[in-house]
Amino acid sequence: MQNALHIAWLIPLFPLLGFLINGLGRKHLTKSLIGIIGSGVVLASFVMSIWVFMQVRGGNTHVAEYFNFIKVASLKIPFAFQVDQLSSLFLLIITGVGFLIHVYSTSYMHEEKTEHFGRYFSYLNLFVFSMLLLVMGANYVIMFIGWEGVGLCSYLLIGYWFKNTKYNKAANKAFIMNRIGDLAFLIAIFWIIAKVGNVNFGDVFSFAEQNKFTSADITIITILLFVGATGKSAQIPLYTWLPDAMAGPTPVSALIHAATMVTAGIYMIARSNILYSMSHVTMSIVAIIGLATALLAATIALKQNDIKKVLAYSTVSQLGFMFLALGTGAYVAAVFHVMTHAFFKALLFLGSGSVIHAMGGEQDIRNMGGLGKKLKITSATFWIGCIAIAGIPPFSGFFSKDAILLSAYEKSPVLYGIALFTALLTAFYMFRLLFITFTGKFRGTHEQEHHLHESPAAMTIPLIILAALSFVGGFVGIPEAIMHGGDKLGEFLLPVIKPHEGTPVSHSTEYALMGLSTVLVVVMIIAAWFKFKNYQRTEATGLGKVLENKWYVDELYDRAIVNPLSRFGGFLNGVIEKYVIDGVVNGVGKAVNYGSRQLRLLQSGQVGSYVLLMVLSMLVVFVLQFFLRK
Amino acid sequence: MPINYYIFLSIALFCIGIVGVLTRRNAIIIFMCIELMLNAVNLLLVAFSKMHHATALAADTATTAGTDGQLFVFFIMVVAAAEVSVGLAIIVMMYRNIHSVDVNFLNRLKH
Repeated sequence: MQNALHIAWLIPLFPLLGFLINGLGRKHLTKSLIGIIGSGVVLASFVMSIWVFMQVRGGNTHVAEYFNFIKVASLKIPFAFQVDQLSSLFLLIITGVGFLIHVYSTSYMHEEKTEHFGRYFSYLNLFVFSMLLLVMGANYVIMFIGWEGVGLCSYLLIGYWFKNTKYNKAANKAFIMNRIGDLAFLIAIFWIIAKVGNVNFGDVFSFAEQNKFTSADITIITILLFVGATGKSAQIPLYTWLPDAMAGPTPVSALIHAATMVTAGIYMIARSNILYSMSHVTMSIVAIIGLATALLAATIALKQNDIKKVLAYSTVSQLGFMFLALGTGAYVAAVFHVMTHAFFKALLFLGSGSVIHAMGGEQDIRNMGGLGKKLKITSATFWIGCIAIAGIPPFSGFFSKDAILLSAYEKSPVLYGIALFTALLTAFYMFRLLFITFTGKFRGTHEQEHHLHESPAAMTIPLIILAALSFVGGFVGIPEAIMHGGDKLGEFLLPVIKPHEGTPVSHSTEYALMGLSTVLVVVMIIAAWFKFKNYQRTEATGLGKVLENKWYVDELYDRAIVNPLSRFGGFLNGVIEKYVIDGVVNGVGKAVNYGSRQLRLLQSGQVGSYVLLMVLSMLVVFVLQFFLRK
Repeated sequence: MPINYYIFLSIALFCIGIVGVLTRRNAIIIFMCIELMLNAVNLLLVAFSKMHHATALAADTATTAGTDGQLFVFFIMVVAAAEVSVGLAIIVMMYRNIHSVDVNFLNRLKH
């Protein structure tokens, strides 16, 4: 049993094999075989992850170096995996939720052609591989490989239906936005190499603990890393790609754009918590950006009419919450929320996939309504997901959100106030979505109504499992005030994440805060019920219209950045390229052509003229020699 | 006889050869002019050789110094004879093909 950690490299290897088999054999394998291979490899990783997790719980951690990835002069970057408390927890989330989503996909994507079905599963496996690389890497460079890999897979899967230009544009947008963040991450890595001479987590952190960094260095490094995180985890100002990423198939949205990839930024900061704790400036920036994103995305989500867009903005908002937790030093709360969010957001996305499936591709909630009667399992699990994300005890979202709110309260009541307000908005828009979709009268066409049916078992079973997890997932982090020693997660992560210092609030205050948030959330839900139980389509006006158009942020970005760049590109293409570059190239060609045309005339074929030229040349040589002689 | 006379004669012969090559169109005359230039050089070699050998003999009666110029002349004569045989053969072939020995008809080199 001891050697489970020594074969931990098998965990990412399985999905890589799946990627190769499905990718290369997509034209030869049958759909069921592709599905079995695609899900099977992730299941194998999941089983391995459980085994590894058990070992880590027993107190074993392991850093294994396999070979030198880069070795130049004194710089040595090993290809190394690190299995410890934090990464083993993420391994469980990624492979566990990932497996359920693979199973779900076998049914959801069943109408695709076999070749594309294989392509889909190979991308999905490649994604899981990259994500595992990201969390298992024992230094920033290996992490960066995974970081880039998930970005690539995200791009490939958003543009999965590549015949649709709009989807391709969404894929490009996601990729480019991510690249902006990645650049900052890369610069941070270079900075670390310049200062530490090494990128291994252990070395960098011990370097930091010995106070060898100057405060300016540490602030710059942490801010650059954070910029990287804003790209991957969709925070202001780089969040606009995530809602557009909903162009991909719904299980992809669940896996990549809700449960795993977007939490990479959280993982990275939680991993680097030692660095972050040393820079108060960065911590404040992280907290403020997180909170602002949470609030902005929550307000936008209030007025969206596309079922997946609501969930996408909800994801952005929840990620904002996680960054708020990181910024206030509550790393454990952030990781906790990553976990519970993975459960309930994957559940909600898969639920929405089930709805879209039943509606025959319809995503506009204005055309839905009353689906609860037809889609019993989907509706029940969606209820659980909504209750969990709204934060009603004892569902998982309550515990993780409460931990974040508490840490915000410890930092400043203003942060707490805004965070609580955002949490209430969350409850409101999620239940708006729920009521509009599942209650009231059906507003779609007759054809759609006739077509309505519950999804097959391969889709409903993952929903049920995720619903169960959304319910019980919070019990690993029961706050100290309710049950002594209930915060199992905090204890488990203690070796990796130092408990944050702050003035702990008294238990009675904590109870009061919990009670307040719970009561207000229930009030919001009731308000949503009265407002949306019999939803009628209305045109948004005033502020509602601004929210429906996402605060016009996309338009602002287009005006401020995209259009000028595009015009500049057009100028380079139309003027510089055409007249300067082509001019030089064609000019050289034309000059040679003209010159040789003229020189050709010398070649008359007259022997006499050749001899004359020869004699004249020799005369010239003689004369020159005569004059140049020393 | 002073060496100058030989030099002037040689230059005169050489220039006549060059002018002949440049101005005449008859291949045989051009050929003769080339021979003229070769012989101008031969004359010069012999003249200088004789001059050097004479000064060397004054110092040592058994010396052969300075005779190598005359040896060169024999080489040139042999090579020239070979060249003449090839050249005349070319001219004969030319006459057979175009019934003329005018070099200006032979401007196909540019094609």
